[in-house]
Amino acid sequence: MSQSATSAMVDANGVPTPPNVALAGVPPDRFFKYWLIAPAILLLLLVGIFPLIYSLVVSFQQITMMEVDTSFAGLVNYAQLFKDKRLWEALLHTGIITVIALPLELVLGLLMAQLFLERMPGRQIFVSLLVLPTVISPIVAGATWRLMFDNRYGPINQIIGWFAGEPTTLLWTVSPNLVYPAIFICEVWQWTPFMFLILLAALSNVDKSLTEAAEIDGAGYWRTFFKIVLPAIWPVMAIAILIRGLDLVRIFDVIWALTSGGPGTKTETISIYTYVQGFQQFETSYTAAIAFLVIAILTVIVVWAIRRMGLAK
Amino acid sequence: MSDLTVQPPFFRRPGTQLALRYLIAIVITLFFVFPVYWLFIISLKTPDEIFAFPPVWYPKSIQFANFGVLFKDGDAVTVWNSLVLAGVSTVIAMVLGTMCAYSLVRFKTGGENLAVWIISQRMMPPIAIVFPIFLLYVFFGWVDSYHGLIILYTAFSLPYVIWMMRGYIEDIPLELEESALVDGCTRWEVLWKVVFPMVRSGLFATAVFTFIFAWNDFLFSLVLTRTEVITYTVQVTHYFGGQSNFWAKIAAMSVLGTIPVFITVATLQRYLVRGISMGAVKG
Repeated sequence: MSQSATSAMVDANGVPTPPNVALAGVPPDRFFKYWLIAPAILLLLLVGIFPLIYSLVVSFQQITMMEVDTSFAGLVNYAQLFKDKRLWEALLHTGIITVIALPLELVLGLLMAQLFLERMPGRQIFVSLLVLPTVISPIVAGATWRLMFDNRYGPINQIIGWFAGEPTTLLWTVSPNLVYPAIFICEVWQWTPFMFLILLAALSNVDKSLTEAAEIDGAGYWRTFFKIVLPAIWPVMAIAILIRGLDLVRIFDVIWALTSGGPGTKTETISIYTYVQGFQQFETSYTAAIAFLVIAILTVIVVWAIRRMGLAK
Repeated sequence: MSDLTVQPPFFRRPGTQLALRYLIAIVITLFFVFPVYWLFIISLKTPDEIFAFPPVWYPKSIQFANFGVLFKDGDAVTVWNSLVLAGVSTVIAMVLGTMCAYSLVRFKTGGENLAVWIISQRMMPPIAIVFPIFLLYVFFGWVDSYHGLIILYTAFSLPYVIWMMRGYIEDIPLELEESALVDGCTRWEVLWKVVFPMVRSGLFATAVFTFIFAWNDFLFSLVLTRTEVITYTVQVTHYFGGQSNFWAKIAAMSVLGTIPVFITVATLQRYLVRGISMGAVKG
Protein backbone atom coordinates (compact mmCIF):
# COMPACT_ATOMS: atom_id res chain seq x y z
CA MET A 1 0.00 0.00 0.00
CA SER A 2 2.76 2.37 0.91
CA GLN A 3 4.49 1.37 -2.29
CA SER A 4 1.73 2.72 -4.52
CA ALA A 5 1.58 5.87 -2.42
CA THR A 6 5.29 6.25 -2.97
CA SER A 7 5.16 6.13 -6.73
CA ALA A 8 2.18 8.47 -6.77
CA MET A 9 4.23 11.03 -4.91
CA VAL A 10 7.08 10.73 -7.33
CA ASP A 11 4.74 11.25 -10.28
CA ALA A 12 3.13 14.23 -8.65
CA ASN A 13 6.55 15.70 -8.08
CA GLY A 14 7.99 14.89 -11.46
CA VAL A 15 8.61 18.61 -11.89
CA PRO A 16 12.22 19.31 -10.85
CA THR A 17 12.54 21.13 -7.59
CA PRO A 18 13.39 24.78 -8.22
CA PRO A 19 17.00 25.65 -7.39
CA ASN A 20 18.01 27.56 -4.28
CA VAL A 21 15.27 26.12 -2.11
CA ALA A 22 16.72 25.50 1.34
CA LEU A 23 16.34 21.82 2.10
CA ALA A 24 15.43 22.28 5.75
CA GLY A 25 13.14 25.18 4.96
CA VAL A 26 9.54 24.86 3.87
CA PRO A 27 9.67 21.92 1.51
CA PRO A 28 8.07 22.46 -1.89
CA ASP A 29 6.26 19.12 -1.55
CA ARG A 30 4.40 19.54 1.68
CA PHE A 31 3.37 15.98 2.33
CA PHE A 32 6.70 14.36 1.56
CA LYS A 33 7.77 14.28 5.19
CA TYR A 34 4.52 12.62 6.20
CA TRP A 35 4.72 9.99 3.47
CA LEU A 36 8.14 9.13 4.86
CA ILE A 37 6.94 8.44 8.37
CA ALA A 38 3.49 7.03 7.56
CA PRO A 39 4.33 3.32 7.17
CA ALA A 40 6.61 3.25 10.21
CA ILE A 41 4.11 5.08 12.36
CA LEU A 42 1.29 2.76 11.29
CA LEU A 43 3.32 -0.26 12.35
CA LEU A 44 4.34 1.42 15.59
CA LEU A 45 0.71 2.08 16.39
CA LEU A 46 0.19 -1.67 16.16
CA VAL A 47 2.65 -2.33 18.99
CA GLY A 48 2.43 1.06 20.69
CA ILE A 49 -1.19 2.10 20.88
CA PHE A 50 -3.29 -0.91 19.90
CA PRO A 51 -2.20 -3.14 22.84
CA LEU A 52 -2.89 -0.30 25.24
CA ILE A 53 -6.42 0.36 23.99
CA TYR A 54 -7.27 -3.30 23.47
CA SER A 55 -6.01 -4.26 26.94
CA LEU A 56 -8.05 -1.46 28.40
CA VAL A 57 -11.25 -2.58 26.66
CA VAL A 58 -10.83 -6.27 27.44
CA SER A 59 -9.87 -5.54 31.03
CA PHE A 60 -13.34 -4.07 31.62
CA GLN A 61 -14.97 -7.30 30.45
CA GLN A 62 -15.03 -10.76 31.96
CA ILE A 63 -13.47 -13.15 29.49
CA THR A 64 -12.12 -16.34 31.02
CA MET A 65 -11.42 -19.81 29.73
CA MET A 66 -14.95 -20.85 30.76
CA GLU A 67 -17.03 -18.04 29.35
CA VAL A 68 -16.80 -15.06 27.03
CA ASP A 69 -18.69 -12.29 28.76
CA THR A 70 -18.06 -9.05 26.90
CA SER A 71 -20.52 -6.94 28.86
CA PHE A 72 -19.10 -4.04 30.82
CA ALA A 73 -17.86 -5.38 34.13
CA GLY A 74 -16.49 -2.22 35.64
CA LEU A 75 -13.36 -2.38 37.70
CA VAL A 76 -13.72 -6.00 38.80
CA ASN A 77 -10.39 -7.02 37.28
CA TYR A 78 -8.57 -4.01 38.64
CA ALA A 79 -9.94 -4.65 42.11
CA GLN A 80 -8.59 -8.17 41.82
CA LEU A 81 -5.11 -6.81 41.05
CA PHE A 82 -4.87 -5.44 44.56
CA LYS A 83 -5.97 -8.71 46.16
CA ASP A 84 -3.68 -10.87 44.05
CA LYS A 85 -0.84 -11.89 46.35
CA ARG A 86 0.97 -13.77 43.58
CA LEU A 87 1.03 -10.65 41.41
CA TRP A 88 2.66 -8.57 44.14
CA GLU A 89 5.16 -11.31 44.80
CA ALA A 90 5.99 -11.38 41.11
CA LEU A 91 6.54 -7.62 41.20
CA LEU A 92 8.74 -8.08 44.25
CA HIS A 93 10.81 -10.80 42.55
CA THR A 94 11.24 -8.57 39.50
CA GLY A 95 12.32 -5.73 41.78
CA ILE A 96 14.82 -7.90 43.66
CA ILE A 97 16.38 -9.18 40.45
CA THR A 98 16.66 -5.68 39.00
CA VAL A 99 17.99 -4.02 42.13
CA ILE A 100 20.69 -6.64 42.68
CA ALA A 101 21.70 -7.58 39.14
CA LEU A 102 21.90 -4.04 37.75
CA PRO A 103 24.46 -2.62 40.22
CA LEU A 104 26.44 -5.87 40.02
CA GLU A 105 26.68 -5.65 36.24
CA LEU A 106 27.48 -1.95 36.38
CA VAL A 107 30.24 -2.17 38.99
CA LEU A 108 31.80 -5.33 37.54
CA GLY A 109 31.60 -3.85 34.05
CA LEU A 110 33.27 -0.68 35.25
CA LEU A 111 36.05 -2.58 37.02
CA MET A 112 36.68 -4.66 33.92
CA ALA A 113 36.73 -1.53 31.78
CA GLN A 114 39.34 -0.02 34.12
CA LEU A 115 41.40 -3.17 33.85
CA PHE A 116 41.49 -3.04 30.07
CA LEU A 117 41.68 0.75 29.77
CA GLU A 118 45.45 1.12 29.84
CA ARG A 119 47.62 -0.10 27.02
CA MET A 120 47.70 -3.85 26.92
CA PRO A 121 48.99 -5.86 23.97
CA GLY A 122 46.40 -8.36 22.79
CA ARG A 123 43.54 -6.46 24.38
CA GLN A 124 41.36 -6.87 21.30
CA ILE A 125 41.47 -10.65 21.65
CA PHE A 126 40.18 -10.46 25.21
CA VAL A 127 37.45 -8.01 24.22
CA SER A 128 36.32 -10.19 21.32
CA LEU A 129 36.00 -13.20 23.62
CA LEU A 130 34.26 -11.24 26.37
CA VAL A 131 31.58 -10.08 23.93
CA LEU A 132 30.29 -13.59 23.26
CA PRO A 133 27.81 -13.94 26.16
CA THR A 134 26.07 -10.67 25.32
CA VAL A 135 25.16 -11.59 21.74
CA ILE A 136 23.88 -15.07 22.60
CA SER A 137 20.12 -15.45 22.77
CA PRO A 138 18.97 -15.17 26.41
CA ILE A 139 17.11 -18.45 26.01
CA VAL A 140 20.35 -20.14 24.98
CA ALA A 141 22.17 -18.46 27.86
CA GLY A 142 19.58 -19.84 30.26
CA ALA A 143 19.80 -23.29 28.68
CA THR A 144 23.59 -23.22 28.89
CA TRP A 145 23.59 -22.39 32.58
CA ARG A 146 20.94 -25.03 33.16
CA LEU A 147 23.48 -27.54 31.84
CA MET A 148 26.26 -25.87 33.82
CA PHE A 149 24.30 -25.97 37.07
CA ASP A 150 23.19 -29.59 36.80
CA ASN A 151 23.70 -31.13 40.21
CA ARG A 152 25.42 -34.28 38.92
CA TYR A 153 26.72 -33.81 35.39
CA GLY A 154 27.32 -30.06 35.47
CA PRO A 155 30.80 -28.60 35.90
CA ILE A 156 29.84 -26.02 38.57
CA ASN A 157 29.35 -28.52 41.37
CA GLN A 158 32.42 -30.36 40.22
CA ILE A 159 34.58 -27.25 40.52
CA ILE A 160 33.09 -26.36 43.90
CA GLY A 161 33.84 -29.93 44.93
CA TRP A 162 37.54 -29.43 44.15
CA PHE A 163 37.69 -26.50 46.51
CA ALA A 164 35.49 -28.09 49.13
CA GLY A 165 37.51 -31.27 48.98
CA GLU A 166 34.42 -33.44 48.81
CA PRO A 167 31.78 -34.18 46.14
CA THR A 168 29.14 -31.46 46.00
CA THR A 169 25.59 -31.93 44.74
CA LEU A 170 23.99 -28.52 45.15
CA LEU A 171 20.58 -28.27 43.50
CA TRP A 172 21.14 -24.83 41.99
CA THR A 173 17.92 -24.35 40.03
CA VAL A 174 15.65 -26.19 42.46
CA SER A 175 16.76 -25.22 45.95
CA PRO A 176 14.98 -22.07 47.21
CA ASN A 177 18.21 -20.71 48.68
CA LEU A 178 20.32 -21.19 45.58
CA VAL A 179 17.93 -20.33 42.79
CA TYR A 180 18.42 -16.57 43.06
CA PRO A 181 22.22 -16.79 43.12
CA ALA A 182 21.91 -19.03 40.05
CA ILE A 183 19.84 -16.39 38.26
CA PHE A 184 22.25 -13.63 39.26
CA ILE A 185 25.26 -15.59 38.06
CA CYS A 186 23.59 -16.20 34.69
CA GLU A 187 22.44 -12.58 34.39
CA VAL A 188 25.79 -11.15 35.41
CA TRP A 189 27.56 -13.54 33.07
CA GLN A 190 25.46 -12.49 30.10
CA TRP A 191 25.24 -8.73 30.64
CA THR A 192 28.38 -7.60 32.46
CA PRO A 193 30.21 -7.69 29.10
CA PHE A 194 27.53 -5.36 27.75
CA MET A 195 28.28 -2.80 30.47
CA PHE A 196 31.99 -3.45 30.06
CA LEU A 197 32.02 -2.74 26.32
CA ILE A 198 30.04 0.48 26.61
CA LEU A 199 31.97 1.75 29.62
CA LEU A 200 35.32 0.86 28.06
CA ALA A 201 34.41 2.96 25.03
CA ALA A 202 33.20 5.79 27.24
CA LEU A 203 36.32 5.72 29.40
CA SER A 204 38.56 5.70 26.33
CA ASN A 205 36.89 8.91 25.19
CA VAL A 206 37.62 10.78 28.42
CA ASP A 207 40.06 13.60 27.75
CA LYS A 208 43.42 12.43 29.15
CA SER A 209 44.67 16.00 29.69
CA LEU A 210 41.87 16.60 32.22
CA THR A 211 42.73 13.62 34.40
CA GLU A 212 46.45 14.35 34.15
CA ALA A 213 45.89 17.98 35.13
CA ALA A 214 43.90 16.83 38.16
CA GLU A 215 46.68 14.49 39.20
CA ILE A 216 49.27 17.26 38.88
CA ASP A 217 47.04 19.42 41.08
CA GLY A 218 47.31 16.68 43.69
CA ALA A 219 43.91 15.05 43.38
CA GLY A 220 43.97 11.39 44.37
CA TYR A 221 42.69 8.51 42.26
CA TRP A 222 39.19 8.45 43.72
CA ARG A 223 38.81 12.21 43.69
CA THR A 224 39.83 12.32 40.05
CA PHE A 225 37.42 9.51 39.30
CA PHE A 226 34.39 11.06 40.96
CA LYS A 227 35.07 14.68 39.97
CA ILE A 228 36.28 14.24 36.41
CA VAL A 229 35.90 10.74 34.98
CA LEU A 230 32.42 9.95 36.27
CA PRO A 231 30.80 13.19 35.06
CA ALA A 232 32.47 12.68 31.68
CA ILE A 233 31.15 9.15 31.19
CA TRP A 234 27.79 9.74 32.90
CA PRO A 235 25.71 10.46 29.75
CA VAL A 236 26.76 7.12 28.25
CA MET A 237 26.55 5.29 31.56
CA ALA A 238 23.02 6.58 32.12
CA ILE A 239 21.86 5.14 28.82
CA ALA A 240 23.51 1.80 29.58
CA ILE A 241 21.73 1.75 32.95
CA LEU A 242 18.43 2.64 31.30
CA ILE A 243 18.73 -0.08 28.66
CA ARG A 244 19.74 -2.76 31.15
CA GLY A 245 17.30 -1.61 33.83
CA LEU A 246 14.36 -1.87 31.48
CA ASP A 247 15.56 -5.24 30.18
CA LEU A 248 15.69 -6.51 33.75
CA VAL A 249 12.23 -5.24 34.59
CA ARG A 250 10.93 -7.16 31.56
CA ILE A 251 13.05 -10.25 32.23
CA PHE A 252 11.49 -13.45 30.87
CA ASP A 253 13.68 -15.65 28.68
CA VAL A 254 16.57 -16.41 31.00
CA ILE A 255 14.35 -17.30 33.92
CA TRP A 256 12.05 -19.31 31.68
CA ALA A 257 14.97 -21.43 30.53
CA LEU A 258 16.66 -21.66 33.91
CA THR A 259 13.84 -22.17 36.43
CA SER A 260 10.51 -21.52 34.64
CA GLY A 261 9.62 -19.40 37.67
CA GLY A 262 10.18 -22.24 40.10
CA PRO A 263 10.60 -23.76 42.56
CA GLY A 264 6.86 -23.18 42.92
CA THR A 265 6.49 -19.51 42.15
CA LYS A 266 9.67 -18.49 43.94
CA THR A 267 11.30 -16.85 40.91
CA GLU A 268 8.18 -15.83 39.03
CA THR A 269 8.68 -12.35 37.55
CA ILE A 270 5.93 -10.06 36.33
CA SER A 271 6.47 -11.13 32.72
CA ILE A 272 6.29 -14.81 33.60
CA TYR A 273 3.23 -14.30 35.78
CA THR A 274 1.48 -12.43 32.98
CA TYR A 275 2.33 -15.28 30.61
CA VAL A 276 0.99 -17.89 33.02
CA GLN A 277 -2.26 -15.99 33.54
CA GLY A 278 -2.79 -15.35 29.85
CA PHE A 279 -1.56 -18.48 28.15
CA GLN A 280 -1.82 -21.21 30.77
CA GLN A 281 -4.79 -20.14 32.91
CA PHE A 282 -6.49 -18.30 30.01
CA GLU A 283 -7.73 -15.52 32.26
CA THR A 284 -8.05 -13.20 29.29
CA SER A 285 -9.63 -10.18 30.93
CA TYR A 286 -7.56 -10.35 34.05
CA THR A 287 -4.36 -10.68 32.01
CA ALA A 288 -5.41 -7.64 30.02
CA ALA A 289 -5.71 -5.71 33.27
CA ILE A 290 -2.20 -6.80 34.28
CA ALA A 291 -0.85 -5.93 30.83
CA PHE A 292 -2.45 -2.51 31.01
CA LEU A 293 -1.00 -1.92 34.45
CA VAL A 294 2.48 -2.93 33.29
CA ILE A 295 2.33 -0.81 30.14
CA ALA A 296 1.02 2.20 32.06
CA ILE A 297 3.69 2.01 34.76
CA LEU A 298 6.52 1.50 32.29
CA THR A 299 5.34 4.23 29.92
CA VAL A 300 5.47 6.76 32.73
CA ILE A 301 8.93 5.61 33.86
CA VAL A 302 10.34 5.46 30.34
CA VAL A 303 9.08 8.82 29.14
CA TRP A 304 10.25 10.43 32.36
CA ALA A 305 13.68 8.84 32.10
CA ILE A 306 14.12 9.71 28.44
CA ARG A 307 13.21 13.34 28.99
CA ARG A 308 15.25 13.53 32.15
CA MET A 309 18.33 12.28 30.38
CA GLY A 310 17.79 14.47 27.37
CA LEU A 311 17.93 11.36 25.20
CA ALA A 312 15.62 12.78 22.58
CA LYS A 313 17.86 15.70 21.67
CA MET B 1 73.96 3.11 36.91
CA SER B 2 70.41 1.90 36.80
CA ASP B 3 71.35 -0.89 39.19
CA LEU B 4 72.05 1.70 41.84
CA THR B 5 68.77 3.63 41.53
CA VAL B 6 66.11 2.61 43.96
CA GLN B 7 63.65 0.23 42.36
CA PRO B 8 59.98 0.78 43.22
CA PRO B 9 58.46 -1.95 45.40
CA PHE B 10 57.72 -5.19 43.56
CA PHE B 11 53.98 -4.58 43.15
CA ARG B 12 54.46 -1.02 41.83
CA ARG B 13 56.78 -1.99 38.99
CA PRO B 14 55.21 -1.57 35.53
CA GLY B 15 56.22 -5.10 34.54
CA THR B 16 54.58 -6.63 37.59
CA GLN B 17 51.46 -4.57 37.10
CA LEU B 18 51.07 -5.59 33.50
CA ALA B 19 51.59 -9.25 34.43
CA LEU B 20 48.97 -8.92 37.15
CA ARG B 21 46.54 -7.33 34.75
CA TYR B 22 47.06 -10.17 32.31
CA LEU B 23 46.46 -12.70 35.05
CA ILE B 24 43.20 -11.06 36.14
CA ALA B 25 42.15 -10.61 32.51
CA ILE B 26 42.69 -14.30 31.80
CA VAL B 27 40.71 -15.41 34.86
CA ILE B 28 37.82 -13.10 33.95
CA THR B 29 37.84 -14.19 30.33
CA LEU B 30 37.79 -17.84 31.42
CA PHE B 31 34.65 -17.19 33.46
CA PHE B 32 32.90 -15.57 30.51
CA VAL B 33 34.06 -18.01 27.86
CA PHE B 34 33.83 -21.30 29.72
CA PRO B 35 30.01 -21.67 29.54
CA VAL B 36 30.17 -21.07 25.79
CA TYR B 37 32.90 -23.70 25.55
CA TRP B 38 30.80 -26.08 27.64
CA LEU B 39 27.74 -25.62 25.42
CA PHE B 40 29.73 -26.26 22.26
CA ILE B 41 31.55 -29.23 23.75
CA ILE B 42 28.33 -30.92 24.89
CA SER B 43 27.02 -30.69 21.36
CA LEU B 44 30.06 -32.68 20.20
CA LYS B 45 30.00 -35.32 22.94
CA THR B 46 28.59 -38.82 22.85
CA PRO B 47 25.72 -39.56 25.28
CA ASP B 48 28.14 -41.50 27.48
CA GLU B 49 30.40 -38.49 27.77
CA ILE B 50 27.51 -36.09 28.43
CA PHE B 51 26.19 -38.19 31.28
CA ALA B 52 29.55 -39.08 32.74
CA PHE B 53 30.34 -38.53 36.38
CA PRO B 54 32.63 -36.80 37.06
CA PRO B 55 32.09 -34.61 33.96
CA VAL B 56 34.28 -35.04 30.91
CA TRP B 57 36.08 -31.74 30.32
CA TYR B 58 36.84 -32.34 26.66
CA PRO B 59 35.49 -35.02 24.30
CA LYS B 60 37.82 -37.84 23.34
CA SER B 61 36.75 -37.52 19.73
CA ILE B 62 34.76 -34.93 17.82
CA GLN B 63 31.51 -36.31 16.39
CA PHE B 64 28.63 -34.48 14.79
CA ALA B 65 25.92 -37.08 15.39
CA ASN B 66 23.97 -34.71 17.63
CA PHE B 67 23.59 -32.28 14.74
CA GLY B 68 22.80 -35.10 12.32
CA VAL B 69 19.83 -36.09 14.47
CA LEU B 70 18.43 -32.55 14.33
CA PHE B 71 18.56 -32.54 10.54
CA LYS B 72 17.13 -36.05 10.25
CA ASP B 73 14.19 -35.26 12.58
CA GLY B 74 13.54 -32.04 10.72
CA ASP B 75 14.04 -29.97 13.90
CA ALA B 76 16.78 -28.01 12.19
CA VAL B 77 14.13 -26.36 10.04
CA THR B 78 13.43 -24.10 13.01
CA VAL B 79 16.77 -22.41 12.34
CA TRP B 80 15.56 -21.73 8.80
CA ASN B 81 12.35 -20.25 10.25
CA SER B 82 14.38 -17.94 12.45
CA LEU B 83 16.40 -16.92 9.41
CA VAL B 84 13.34 -16.09 7.30
CA LEU B 85 11.55 -14.21 10.10
CA ALA B 86 14.57 -12.23 11.25
CA GLY B 87 15.85 -11.61 7.70
CA VAL B 88 12.62 -10.39 6.12
CA SER B 89 11.61 -8.28 9.11
CA THR B 90 15.07 -6.69 9.21
CA VAL B 91 14.93 -5.65 5.55
CA ILE B 92 11.45 -4.11 5.92
CA ALA B 93 12.35 -2.39 9.18
CA MET B 94 15.52 -0.93 7.66
CA VAL B 95 13.70 0.62 4.70
CA LEU B 96 10.72 1.99 6.65
CA GLY B 97 12.86 3.01 9.61
CA THR B 98 15.42 4.91 7.55
CA MET B 99 12.65 6.78 5.71
CA CYS B 100 11.12 7.76 9.02
CA ALA B 101 14.47 8.74 10.53
CA TYR B 102 15.23 10.91 7.50
CA SER B 103 11.94 12.74 7.95
CA LEU B 104 12.62 13.25 11.67
CA VAL B 105 16.11 14.61 11.03
CA ARG B 106 15.59 16.79 7.94
CA PHE B 107 12.09 18.11 8.51
CA LYS B 108 11.83 17.80 12.31
CA THR B 109 8.56 15.96 11.70
CA GLY B 110 6.53 15.72 14.89
CA GLY B 111 9.22 17.51 16.86
CA GLU B 112 10.76 16.10 20.00
CA ASN B 113 7.49 14.55 21.18
CA LEU B 114 7.33 12.12 18.28
CA ALA B 115 10.98 11.16 18.78
CA VAL B 116 10.40 10.47 22.48
CA TRP B 117 7.29 8.46 21.72
CA ILE B 118 9.11 6.35 19.13
CA ILE B 119 12.05 5.50 21.36
CA SER B 120 9.75 4.82 24.30
CA GLN B 121 8.14 2.06 22.22
CA ARG B 122 11.48 0.29 22.32
CA MET B 123 11.15 0.04 26.06
CA MET B 124 7.67 -1.50 26.14
CA PRO B 125 7.46 -4.89 27.84
CA PRO B 126 7.06 -7.57 25.14
CA ILE B 127 4.73 -9.62 27.33
CA ALA B 128 2.24 -6.75 27.63
CA ILE B 129 2.35 -6.20 23.87
CA VAL B 130 2.18 -9.81 22.81
CA PHE B 131 -0.95 -10.64 24.75
CA PRO B 132 -3.31 -8.21 22.94
CA ILE B 133 -1.47 -8.98 19.68
CA PHE B 134 -2.17 -12.67 20.25
CA LEU B 135 -5.89 -12.00 20.66
CA LEU B 136 -5.82 -9.89 17.49
CA TYR B 137 -3.96 -12.58 15.54
CA VAL B 138 -6.40 -15.27 16.70
CA PHE B 139 -9.17 -13.08 15.29
CA PHE B 140 -7.33 -12.66 11.95
CA GLY B 141 -6.11 -16.26 11.84
CA TRP B 142 -2.51 -15.06 11.79
CA VAL B 143 -1.19 -17.25 14.61
CA ASP B 144 1.59 -19.57 13.43
CA SER B 145 2.12 -17.64 10.19
CA TYR B 146 5.25 -16.05 8.79
CA HIS B 147 3.62 -12.73 8.01
CA GLY B 148 2.15 -12.40 11.50
CA LEU B 149 5.53 -12.67 13.17
CA ILE B 150 7.28 -10.64 10.49
CA ILE B 151 4.88 -7.74 11.05
CA LEU B 152 5.44 -7.92 14.79
CA TYR B 153 9.22 -8.19 14.54
CA THR B 154 9.29 -5.30 12.07
CA ALA B 155 7.17 -3.11 14.31
CA PHE B 156 9.22 -4.01 17.35
CA SER B 157 12.51 -3.31 15.54
CA LEU B 158 11.45 0.05 14.13
CA PRO B 159 12.21 2.23 17.17
CA TYR B 160 15.76 0.89 17.26
CA VAL B 161 16.28 1.36 13.52
CA ILE B 162 14.81 4.86 13.56
CA TRP B 163 16.90 5.78 16.56
CA MET B 164 20.16 4.48 15.13
CA MET B 165 19.60 5.81 11.61
CA ARG B 166 18.76 9.24 13.01
CA GLY B 167 22.31 9.42 14.32
CA TYR B 168 23.85 8.33 11.03
CA ILE B 169 21.69 10.66 8.90
CA GLU B 170 22.61 13.64 11.06
CA ASP B 171 26.21 13.10 9.96
CA ILE B 172 25.43 13.58 6.25
CA PRO B 173 26.41 17.03 5.00
CA LEU B 174 23.33 18.96 3.89
CA GLU B 175 25.15 20.37 0.86
CA LEU B 176 25.15 17.00 -0.88
CA GLU B 177 21.39 16.77 -0.76
CA GLU B 178 20.99 20.40 -1.76
CA SER B 179 23.16 20.04 -4.82
CA ALA B 180 21.25 16.91 -5.81
CA LEU B 181 18.03 18.93 -5.59
CA VAL B 182 19.58 21.68 -7.66
CA ASP B 183 20.57 19.10 -10.26
CA GLY B 184 16.91 18.26 -10.64
CA CYS B 185 16.44 15.20 -8.46
CA THR B 186 13.06 14.76 -6.80
CA ARG B 187 13.07 14.36 -3.05
CA TRP B 188 12.49 10.61 -3.36
CA GLU B 189 15.45 10.39 -5.69
CA VAL B 190 17.55 12.33 -3.18
CA LEU B 191 16.57 9.80 -0.55
CA TRP B 192 17.40 6.73 -2.67
CA LYS B 193 20.39 8.08 -4.58
CA VAL B 194 22.10 10.30 -1.99
CA VAL B 195 20.96 9.48 1.53
CA PHE B 196 20.86 5.68 1.37
CA PRO B 197 24.33 5.35 -0.21
CA MET B 198 25.77 7.86 2.26
CA VAL B 199 24.57 5.92 5.30
CA ARG B 200 25.49 2.54 3.85
CA SER B 201 27.80 1.50 6.69
CA GLY B 202 25.28 2.70 9.25
CA LEU B 203 22.54 0.74 7.51
CA PHE B 204 24.70 -2.34 7.54
CA ALA B 205 25.63 -2.07 11.22
CA THR B 206 22.09 -1.30 12.32
CA ALA B 207 20.68 -4.14 10.22
CA VAL B 208 22.96 -6.65 11.88
CA PHE B 209 21.77 -5.75 15.35
CA THR B 210 18.15 -5.60 14.25
CA PHE B 211 18.65 -9.06 12.83
CA ILE B 212 20.25 -10.38 16.01
CA PHE B 213 17.44 -9.03 18.21
CA ALA B 214 14.82 -10.77 16.08
CA TRP B 215 16.97 -13.88 15.75
CA ASN B 216 17.34 -14.13 19.53
CA ASP B 217 13.67 -13.48 20.27
CA PHE B 218 11.86 -16.07 22.31
CA LEU B 219 8.66 -14.66 23.77
CA PHE B 220 6.98 -13.53 20.55
CA SER B 221 7.56 -16.81 18.80
CA LEU B 222 6.62 -18.79 21.91
CA VAL B 223 3.21 -17.11 21.96
CA LEU B 224 2.53 -16.71 18.25
CA THR B 225 3.73 -20.00 16.77
CA ARG B 226 2.38 -23.52 17.08
CA THR B 227 4.00 -25.95 14.65
CA GLU B 228 4.75 -24.36 11.30
CA VAL B 229 7.00 -21.38 12.01
CA ILE B 230 8.60 -22.34 15.34
CA THR B 231 11.94 -20.59 15.80
CA TYR B 232 15.10 -22.24 17.07
CA THR B 233 14.77 -20.57 20.50
CA VAL B 234 11.37 -22.14 21.07
CA GLN B 235 12.65 -25.47 19.77
CA VAL B 236 15.45 -25.43 22.37
CA THR B 237 12.88 -25.22 25.17
CA HIS B 238 10.92 -28.12 23.69
CA TYR B 239 13.79 -30.38 24.76
CA PHE B 240 13.49 -29.37 28.41
CA GLY B 241 11.45 -31.44 30.74
CA GLY B 242 11.60 -33.33 33.98
CA GLN B 243 14.08 -36.14 34.14
CA SER B 244 14.37 -36.76 30.42
CA ASN B 245 16.36 -33.72 29.37
CA PHE B 246 17.67 -34.14 25.86
CA TRP B 247 20.99 -32.52 26.63
CA ALA B 248 22.60 -33.33 23.34
CA LYS B 249 19.69 -31.80 21.43
CA ILE B 250 19.54 -28.73 23.66
CA ALA B 251 23.23 -28.11 23.10
CA ALA B 252 23.27 -28.89 19.38
CA MET B 253 20.23 -26.72 18.64
CA SER B 254 21.67 -23.87 20.73
CA VAL B 255 24.94 -24.10 18.85
CA LEU B 256 23.16 -24.05 15.49
CA GLY B 257 21.42 -20.85 16.57
CA THR B 258 24.53 -19.29 18.06
CA ILE B 259 27.15 -19.83 15.36
CA PRO B 260 25.57 -17.37 12.89
CA VAL B 261 25.50 -14.69 15.59
CA PHE B 262 29.14 -15.26 16.49
CA ILE B 263 30.20 -15.06 12.86
CA THR B 264 28.36 -11.80 12.22
CA VAL B 265 29.62 -10.21 15.41
CA ALA B 266 33.18 -11.28 14.66
CA THR B 267 33.05 -9.46 11.34
CA LEU B 268 31.51 -6.41 12.92
CA GLN B 269 33.70 -5.61 15.89
CA ARG B 270 33.98 -1.92 15.10
CA TYR B 271 30.22 -1.32 14.97
CA LEU B 272 29.53 -3.30 18.09
CA VAL B 273 29.62 -0.63 20.77
CA ARG B 274 27.57 1.91 18.86
CA GLY B 275 25.09 -0.83 18.03
CA ILE B 276 24.45 -2.16 21.52
CA SER B 277 24.52 1.24 23.22
CA MET B 278 21.75 2.46 20.90
CA GLY B 279 24.09 5.07 19.51
CA ALA B 280 25.12 6.50 22.88
CA VAL B 281 28.75 5.79 22.00
CA LYS B 282 29.69 6.92 18.52
CA GLY B 283 32.19 4.45 17.12
